[in-house]
Amino acid sequence: MVDEILTIVLDGAIYASWLFIVALGLTFVFGVLKILNIAHGGIYALGAYSTATLVPIFYSLGMPEQLVILAMLVSALAVAIVITPIMERGILRRFYGQDEVLIVLVTYAIYLVLEDVQKLIWGMNSLYVSEPRELLGALEFGSLYYVGYDLALIGLAIFCGLFLWFVLNKTQSGKIVLAVIHNPEISGCMGVNINKVYLAAFFIGAFLAALAGSFTAPLISVQVGISVAVVIESFAVVIIGGLGSIPGAVIGALIIGMARAACVHKLPEAEIFIMYFCMAGMLIFKPKGLFQGAQARKI
Amino acid sequence: MSKQSLLRAENVNKSFGAVVAANNININIDKGEKVSLIGSNGAGKTTFMNMVTGYLKPDTGHIYLKNEEITQLDPRIITQKGISRSFQIPQIFEPMTAWENLLIALGTSQKKHSYFKNARSKENGDFIDEILNRFALNEFAHRQVSELPGGVRKLLDIAMALVRKPDILLLDEPTSGVGAEEKYPLMDTIAKALSGQGLTVIFVEHDMDIVQNYSDRIIAFYQGAVIADGNGSTVLNDSNVKKYVTGKTEVKAKL
Amino acid sequence: MSEKLYNNLLFQSIFLMSFLILVGLLIPNWLVFVITKAIAYGLVGLGIITLMRGGLVSFGQGFVFGIGGYTAGLLGTQAGLTDAMLLLFVSFLFTGLVGLIIAPLLARYRDIFFAMLSLAFSMVLYGILIKIDAIGGSDGFVLPESTYFGIKPSSEYADYVLYVVAIIMTGFISILLRYYYDSTPGLIALAVRENELRVEYLGSSAFNVAVLNFTIAAGLGGMGGALNGIALGHIDPEFTYWTTSGEFVFISILAGYLSVPAVFLAALLLELVRSFSGRYFPDTWQLILGLFLILSIIFIPSGIGSFFKQFFDRLKKSK
Repeated sequence: MVDEILTIVLDGAIYASWLFIVALGLTFVFGVLKILNIAHGGIYALGAYSTATLVPIFYSLGMPEQLVILAMLVSALAVAIVITPIMERGILRRFYGQDEVLIVLVTYAIYLVLEDVQKLIWGMNSLYVSEPRELLGALEFGSLYYVGYDLALIGLAIFCGLFLWFVLNKTQSGKIVLAVIHNPEISGCMGVNINKVYLAAFFIGAFLAALAGSFTAPLISVQVGISVAVVIESFAVVIIGGLGSIPGAVIGALIIGMARAACVHKLPEAEIFIMYFCMAGMLIFKPKGLFQGAQARKI
Repeated sequence: MSKQSLLRAENVNKSFGAVVAANNININIDKGEKVSLIGSNGAGKTTFMNMVTGYLKPDTGHIYLKNEEITQLDPRIITQKGISRSFQIPQIFEPMTAWENLLIALGTSQKKHSYFKNARSKENGDFIDEILNRFALNEFAHRQVSELPGGVRKLLDIAMALVRKPDILLLDEPTSGVGAEEKYPLMDTIAKALSGQGLTVIFVEHDMDIVQNYSDRIIAFYQGAVIADGNGSTVLNDSNVKKYVTGKTEVKAKL
Repeated sequence: MSEKLYNNLLFQSIFLMSFLILVGLLIPNWLVFVITKAIAYGLVGLGIITLMRGGLVSFGQGFVFGIGGYTAGLLGTQAGLTDAMLLLFVSFLFTGLVGLIIAPLLARYRDIFFAMLSLAFSMVLYGILIKIDAIGGSDGFVLPESTYFGIKPSSEYADYVLYVVAIIMTGFISILLRYYYDSTPGLIALAVRENELRVEYLGSSAFNVAVLNFTIAAGLGGMGGALNGIALGHIDPEFTYWTTSGEFVFISILAGYLSVPAVFLAALLLELVRSFSGRYFPDTWQLILGLFLILSIIFIPSGIGSFFKQFFDRLKKSK
């Protein structure tokens, strides 16, 4: 009984960590640019693919095993560096200030393009990079057995969340970003380079998506179609937490992670739609999510 | 309480946090009165107006229209019961023409709708032309309203509120945002358009000359409370009103 | 007199419908099939532009598309009902009813929240459908061949007969919708799109507008789903998936909310791009579709319908 609860909690936490890193980027981009980015899932997949490519190269160069994490970080960074100028500068910038739903559609189009780009570059075969997962050994307590790498993901998620929170609230540039979130027009008038802030914010969002992909790659078989579920799952998280809210993403990811883990162990039939169910329930009872204040409407 | 009481507020209170926006307000307005609400910004005029139209709900107290309580009703229902309003910033349908704006106002006032009959019928058109005429808006009828000058937009906003033939018309700062030399012509057009219908008009206004010329009763607000209520000269000569509302600030420095 | 006739909506529509029915005899079978599918998608798009006229965009029309498709499919396999016209009509009514039931829940929301809640509904349905093995789970199931007034057309004409039925039923629905758009309630919906607060202060309910439009959109989406299922002869949970819903949104944005025929043109464009790139570039049709989408949003932001409107306005002026 206790074991079962512990399993659900730990499984849920691992799942939530992964989901949180994806959703953090999504919610941050929405907060700053007011774009709900469907292509976020595509960037995630690119992160996974680039890790699946880079890590074997890294090993073949005879580099020390422990530094493989570095290779994973570099692959995520590379994806963000390539994708940000194309997406933000090249396409999305034309649509700033337009209807939110229209921009969602544009990101949907980009998502479609990214799907085939993955196929063109990496083909239809599955790629495997399970080596990094063996790096941290395993932990056993009682009848429970956990891979250290999986548990470390929880640490990575906490680090990402705290780091972004710290940058936003405690640094000069973070405060500028907060000002832009609050009112882009006035910030622009005060001399803030809005375009630069948007570019930087999009870069951070893209990096987080790619990072989640990179660190998930050792857990899964990297193949065509891994992004499609991520889109809806990360949407569900930010909808539950409230669009643009970091604490909201934490809670949203935990709710979905735990609900899903509970379903896997207790009610496997419900596994697929439990998160949609959470999302629909939240929208019905608290449409703006848990962490978004009501906006005043002025006459 | 007079027999003809049209609108009555009883012990109405409203606070936003520590700010008292309505402090035990008691007002009774009879049919046909032209009442202006005065007071500095934040004195509670607009809050009062928003409570009467249902945009805000009072914390305590009651509001009656024709002796029927309307305190907790939504703006839409209150509008249907006979209170229409205009807005400080005209709330009009920007990409449409003035004529289409009035067509929509007319449509919302009709009880029965056909879903398969074209709204641009001759009888609707005749009605709209008459309204346009009354507000001297004919020449602007087929222009997109987002391109119209401020005063015209104000007039259209009021005309739309009037289509439904309300018992009470609330005008929120009808002359704000309009050049000084246009204020009187605008008020004249409004007064002419509203005349002869026995309509009850309540309006918020900052220009004391306009207040004196166009209303027969003035209610002065200060910090959420009514500090004076009566005919023009009584209220404007009231010492509190002079002190808190109409008092001139002394200029102490030059640019 | 004759000029009046040419300007008559009913006359124009019947002329266009007859023309399309005749053209159907001359074009190859695959194109007949593509147009039928475009009509199915166009019906869903028509539902979304009805919502758009009231200021809402649904990102979950796969929900009603799926309900319509499964309604037609289950009536066919379980109840032995194979008359295509009846199936289309019943799916229209039933899905409209479902729409009417959930509309009050959705009608409180606006913008992205409306889009996301409708998406959530469609994904819940998807999650349920892939788990019900009795109706094929994620594989779906095959529909029985359609009949028309008790007659089963020979296989070489089956596509054409469905095409004719689709054109006639859709044509009359489009006429009714055009009347609704130009009626007083239709105009009030446009007003809600521009300034909901003012509509409330004029005494009309934005909520009621949203409920009505969502119900209409549901009925249309259901009929589109049924038509798509009958045309394919197969139905599966993919009907309700979010990527399908995305295509519907694309059709309505490409068309814009001004013109009814533009919606079907947009749907046809999408189907043509899809079938051409599917045939010649099977591995990259999503890439082509995505680029087509981005370019059309950049170059025709207010939709094909705005071209139509400008064209007809100019035509009227030149007269």
